[in-house]
Amino acid sequence: MISDNHLDTSVDIAVIGGGLVGCAVARELAGYQLSVALIEARADIGDVTSKANTAILHTGFDATPESLESKLVRRGYELLGDYSIRAGIPIERTGALLVAWTDEELATLGKLAAKAVANGYELCELVDADEVYRREPHLGLGALGGLTVPDESIICSWTTALAYATEALDRGATLLLNHRVDSVERTGNATVLRTNSGDVRATWVINCAGHGADIIDRHFGFERFTVVPRRGELIVFDKLARSLVSSIVLPVPSSRGKGVLISPTIYGNVMLGPTADNIEDRTATGTTEAGLASLLDKGRALMPDLLDEEVTAVYAGLRAATEHDDYVTAIDAAQRYVLVGGIRSTGLTASMALAEYVAELLRGAGLQLIQRDDLPPTRRMPNVGEAFIRPYADSDRIAADAEYGKVVCFCERVTRGEIRDALESPIPPTDLDGLRRRTRALMGRCQGFYCGAEVEKLLRGASADIEVSS
Amino acid sequence: MTNRSTILVVGAGPAGLTAATELARTHQVVLFDRESAAGGIPRHSAHTGYGIRDLHRVMTGPNYARRLVERAREAGVDIRTESTVTGWAGDHSLVVTSPHGRVQWDADAVILATGARERPRSARLIAGDRPAGVLTTGQLQNMVHLHHRTPGKRAVVVGSELVSWSAVLTLREAGCDTVLMTTERSRPESYALFHHPARVLLSTPVSTATRVVRVIGRDALEAVEVEDVRAGSRRIVECDVLVLTADWIPDYELTALAGLDRDRGTRGPRVDMSLRTSRAGVFAVGNLIHPVDTADVCALDGRQVAGAVRSYLRDLGMGEHSSAAEGSASDSSAAEGSLPDSSLPDGAVIQAVAPLRWIAPSLIRAGDHAPARRRLLLWSDEFRLSPRLVATQDGREVGRLTIPWPAVPGRVLRAPWALLERANPAAGEVRVTLG
Ligand SMILES: Cc1cc2nc3c(=O)[nH]c(=O)nc-3n(C[C@H](O)[C@H](O)[C@H](O)COP(=O)(O)OP(=O)(O)OC[C@H]3O[C@@H](n4cnc5c(N)ncnc54)[C@H](O)[C@@H]3O)c2cc1C
Ligand SMILES: Cc1cc2nc3c(=O)[nH]c(=O)nc-3n(C[C@H](O)[C@H](O)[C@H](O)COP(=O)(O)OP(=O)(O)OC[C@H]3O[C@@H](n4cnc5c(N)ncnc54)[C@H](O)[C@@H]3O)c2cc1C
Repeated sequence: MISDNHLDTSVDIAVIGGGLVGCAVARELAGYQLSVALIEARADIGDVTSKANTAILHTGFDATPESLESKLVRRGYELLGDYSIRAGIPIERTGALLVAWTDEELATLGKLAAKAVANGYELCELVDADEVYRREPHLGLGALGGLTVPDESIICSWTTALAYATEALDRGATLLLNHRVDSVERTGNATVLRTNSGDVRATWVINCAGHGADIIDRHFGFERFTVVPRRGELIVFDKLARSLVSSIVLPVPSSRGKGVLISPTIYGNVMLGPTADNIEDRTATGTTEAGLASLLDKGRALMPDLLDEEVTAVYAGLRAATEHDDYVTAIDAAQRYVLVGGIRSTGLTASMALAEYVAELLRGAGLQLIQRDDLPPTRRMPNVGEAFIRPYADSDRIAADAEYGKVVCFCERVTRGEIRDALESPIPPTDLDGLRRRTRALMGRCQGFYCGAEVEKLLRGASADIEVSS
Repeated sequence: MTNRSTILVVGAGPAGLTAATELARTHQVVLFDRESAAGGIPRHSAHTGYGIRDLHRVMTGPNYARRLVERAREAGVDIRTESTVTGWAGDHSLVVTSPHGRVQWDADAVILATGARERPRSARLIAGDRPAGVLTTGQLQNMVHLHHRTPGKRAVVVGSELVSWSAVLTLREAGCDTVLMTTERSRPESYALFHHPARVLLSTPVSTATRVVRVIGRDALEAVEVEDVRAGSRRIVECDVLVLTADWIPDYELTALAGLDRDRGTRGPRVDMSLRTSRAGVFAVGNLIHPVDTADVCALDGRQVAGAVRSYLRDLGMGEHSSAAEGSASDSSAAEGSLPDSSLPDGAVIQAVAPLRWIAPSLIRAGDHAPARRRLLLWSDEFRLSPRLVATQDGREVGRLTIPWPAVPGRVLRAPWALLERANPAAGEVRVTLG
C-alpha cells in the first residue's frame, strides 16, 4: 500500500531510504512475519543515485579481497542475476574487456587477473592486442592488450528498484513517499521518526538513506562517517551507435579510480563515463562543462567513431563515498538500529546481498525472523530492455490489445498501452522523469520534439483523474 | 502478416504526400505516418508562409497540410496514420507497427520522407541542471498549437533563424515573452525580419556571438548562463522557458538501418539528381536530404522523385497500373524481385568545402538530368552578400557562378544547376567552394 496519510504509522521495521538498497531491504524483511514501512523523502522511489549510474552487474573481480563489499558484490551478483529472470528485469550478459593503453597498465592486467582469482572469479583471460581489436574493432589506436571478464553484465537499475519496491508492497509493506525523516526520538522500546508528513513509530530502524545516511546516523548519537559525494558524469549516445561496441570496455583501474568506460546500455544505447570528482553539495546532480569536455576527450581516444554519433542524454550521479574503503554497516541492538551506509559504486549489484546481510544482523541481535508461508508470487515487470521483445514488436500483444500498437514516443517506440500500464501500476510515476524510468518515454534521440507534448498530456490526464476521484 | 504495394512512402509531410500524390495517378501507393494525422510539421506550424512554390499561394501550416492530404486522398493514395515504420525486412520491405498489428509490407520501390528535427539539449551538450522547461521549437509548437498549453512567462530562445522567429511568435501567442534570443553567429539572420515584420520581433533583444553554457534550476527552470564568445564574459539571464531552435538533424534512422550511403554534411542519405539513394529502388526526399528548407521545396522534391520512380519501375518491367489490382496479402517470397544495386550507374560525389556545410543532392550519376527546380541546395556557415561558387573536378574548374542573392547562415542557399551541369559523372569527386 502506498500511504501519503499524515496519520501516524506504527510498524515493526522502518526502512529509511527508497533507493535500491532500501527497496531491497524492505522487500526482504516484508517476506518475514513483520510489518514494514519504507520511508522515502522524494515523490518516487529510486530517484537519487539509484537512477543515475552505469547499471553494470559486477562480478566483483576487481574488489578488495576479503572486504565486505567483495563478499556482498559476489553474492549480490548471483542473487540479482536469478531475481532478474523471475521478475523480468532486463539483463544482458555482454561481458567486459579491460583494455591496457600503456605498458604500466599492461603490467597491471596480470595483477588484476590474480586479484579476480582471489575474489573467487576464475574466468578472466589475458588477451593480446589483436584479440582486443578482434573483439572491439572500433577501439582507437594504441591498445596493447586486454583482460576479459566474461560475466560482467548490464541490467536495468530502474526496473530493479521498482521490482523490489513493488514486491515489498505485494508482501504487505507500506510505502511512505514524500516523507523526509527530519529527527529521531527514542521512546521506551520504540523509535519515533519525525518526518515532514507525520510520525512513524518503529521497533527497528534500518538506515539506507544514501547521501543522508550519515545525518540519520548522527540522530542515533554516532559520529562515525561522513558522506563525500563523488560526482560521475555520463554521456549516452544514439542507438545507432550500438553496433560500435559489443561488450563493456573498461579502463585499467588506477589509484585515481575506476576510470571512464564505454558500455552498451540495456536500452540499446552506448554510454561513455563516468567522471569522478569529489564535491561538497550532496544535491549537485547537474553536469558541468569541464566534465563533459573531459569525457569527449577520453571518448575520442577510446573510440573515435563513437563521437560521430548523436548524443541522446547527459546526466550525473553522485556516489555516496565516505572516508572508509568499504561499506559502512553496523547494528546497535540497544537502540534497535541498523546502518547500511557508504554504498558507493557497487550498490546496484550488492543490493539483494545487502538485504540478506541486514536480515542476518537482525537475527544475530535476537530478532525472530519467521518466513511467511503466504507470500505472493513475484510479479513480472514490464520489459524496457532492447534485447527482449517489447510491445510494439509483439504481434500477439497488439492483437489482444490495440493500445500496444499505438506508438506514442517514436524514437523509443513506447506505446500508449505501456504508458497506461505504468500509470495504473502499484507505484505509478508522478512526473515525466518517473514515466521515463518506467517506460523509456522521452529518453530517445528527439527528447520530445515530436511526442513531448502528447506524452505530457497522457501523464497529466492521469493526474487530473486522480485529483477528481480523491 | 505480409502485405504488398507497388510503392511505399514513409512520412506524410509535404515531401512524402506530394511524391505519393504524383505516383498514385499511375501506381498503387501506400503512405505511412507514425502520427495520428498526416501532414508532417506544417500541421502544428500555425503561422502563414506555406505553399508558395508548390501550390502558388500563401497559406498557414495547418491549411497547407490539410490541402496536401486532400489532394493525396483524391489521387488515391492509401494513407495509413498511426503507422510507425520500425525497420526493414528486405531491400524493399518494411516492418510497420500500428494498432492493426505488426505487418511486413513488401514493395518494388520505397521512398523515404522522414523529415528533420532540431537537436535537443543533450545533443548540444549544454551542461547544468535538468529541469523541465527546456524545449525545441517542434515541442513548443506541439504544446501550444495542438495541446493549447502555456509553456511559461519568460523565454530565452537559442538561434535566430527563420524557425527561431517562428518560435518567438508561438511564445508570444501563448502569452510568453522572449527576454533574449542568442546566436553564436556574429550577425542575426536578418532575413527572417523581412518575412515576419511584426513589431514584436523588432523589439526582441538579440545577442550575437553568444551561447548558452549552463541551465540553472533543480526542479523548475530558473535561469540560464550565457557567454559572450568573444570576450569570454558570462551573465545569468532569468527565464522559465528555454527554446532550442534550429540545429537540424535529419531523421535518418531508417536510412542507417538500411545501410544506405550517407552524406557527412547533411547526415541524411546521399542522393543523386533523381533522388535515388545507394540502393536501387530506394529514394529519399524532403528535409531528410536537405535539413532544412521550406515545405514547398520539400514538396517539389516529391514531384521530382516521381519521374525517377516511374522510370525505375518501367525498367523493372512494371507497366503503369500493373499492380493496382494486387491489393492485399501475398506471400513474402515473391517480394524480393528487385535488381541488384549494380544496376545503378556510377557517379561522382559532390563535396561541399567549408564554410559550406553541405550540398544536396551530393551525387551525379551518369544520365542524371537537372535536380528539382534546376536548383542545387547548399548550406553556408558564413554570410556572403554575393556568393561566388566554384566547382572543380580533378583540379579543373567545371563551373563558376556568382549568385545575385546572399548566402545567409541558417538558411538554404539555392544555386542554379548550371554550376554542375558540365561535371563528368565518371571523373571523380567534384568540390564546391564558396568565394
Ligand atoms: C556514476 C555512478 C555509477 C555507478 N555505477 C554502478 C554500477 O555500474 N553497478 C553498481 O552495482 N553500482 C553502481 N553505482 C552505485 C549505485 O548506483 C549505488 O551504490 C546505489 O544506487 C546506492 O543505492 P542507495 O539505496 O544506497 O542510495 P540512493 O539511491 O541514493 O537512495 C537513498 C534514498 O534515501 C533517501 N533519503 C535520504 N535521506 C532521507 C531522509 N532523511 N528521509 C527519507 N529518505 C531519505 C533519498 O531520497 C534516496 O532515495 C554507481 C553510482 C554512480 C554514482
Ligand atoms: C517551427 C517550424 C516553422 C516552419 N515554418 C515554415 C514556413 O513558414 N514555411 C515553410 O515553407 N516551411 C516552414 N518550415 C519547414 C517545413 O515545415 C518543413 O520544411 C517541411 O515540413 C518538411 O517536410 P518533409 O516532408 O521533409 O518532413 P516533415 O514535415 O518533417 O514530415 C516527416 C514525416 O515523417 C514521419 N515519419 C518519420 N519517421 C517515420 C517512421 N519511421 N514511420 C512513419 N512515419 C515517420 C513524421 O511523423 C512526419 O510526419 C517550418 C518548420 C518548423 C519546424
